[in-house]
Amino acid sequence: IPQAFRAASRSIRPLPVAAAPRFLTPMQVRLLSDDTRTAIDKAVASSPVVLFMKGTPEKPQCGFSRASIQILSVQGVDPEKFTAFNVLEDSDLRSGIKEYSEWPTIPQLYVDKEFIGGCDILMTMHQDGTLRNLFEEKGVLVPPEGEISSESPK
Amino acid sequence: MSQSLTPMEDAMRAKLTESLNPTTLEIINDSHLHSHHKAMAGVTSKETHFRVIITSPAFQSKPLLARQRMVNTLLKEELAQEGGIHALQLKTRTPEEEDRMKAKEAEQ
Repeated sequence: IPQAFRAASRSIRPLPVAAAPRFLTPMQVRLLSDDTRTAIDKAVASSPVVLFMKGTPEKPQCGFSRASIQILSVQGVDPEKFTAFNVLEDSDLRSGIKEYSEWPTIPQLYVDKEFIGGCDILMTMHQDGTLRNLFEEKGVLVPPEGEISSESPK
Repeated sequence: MSQSLTPMEDAMRAKLTESLNPTTLEIINDSHLHSHHKAMAGVTSKETHFRVIITSPAFQSKPLLARQRMVNTLLKEELAQEGGIHALQLKTRTPEEEDRMKAKEAEQ
């Protein structure tokens, strides 16, 4: 199990060859191992805005993941403050994040290490303005061109 | 009684109705829209992708995340099983929210 999961949006290096299969009992498969939990802790803390998705921001592999990336882009989330993790690259991450978040599906958005929700929730929050409020509060948006930010980012 | 062609949908409807007493419950099967996707290769179930629109007073004063978690918990088995629900889109509202939405739509 890797020490930390590779960030999909930053890495262009070839992926490591999958390790030899480990045979896990059904009981072990359901429980989140300490190593995986620690690796996910790190992933969740890697940026103010973290999206666990299928595929990459450039090439999403699922309509719901694509929609989520589009929302983040329209909202104007600062790429410097954003990391995406591709669960299709790593089956430990794919199953681990579902246990970790206690949420059955991908994509999953974390802001400031707090689980916000999946695509539906993002869509609703995007439409009713609460997503913008959240991003402004957390200071994760790209400042508008030509304007000097009146507050320093938190 | 003959075998249902939609056992997954039946189970979903039964569980959601029993626990949430919804005033509106729509379960829409979108599986056919996704069956050609690579991820669905080899899957024989015709009940993999669903949209659920549900109005229930049980959602009162609960934030979105909590509402969705309620539904996820009720459908835990169906989501966890092999060949079970692969994708679930949820619209969760209270009766008041649904009324407000309908009023807004009527204005437009």
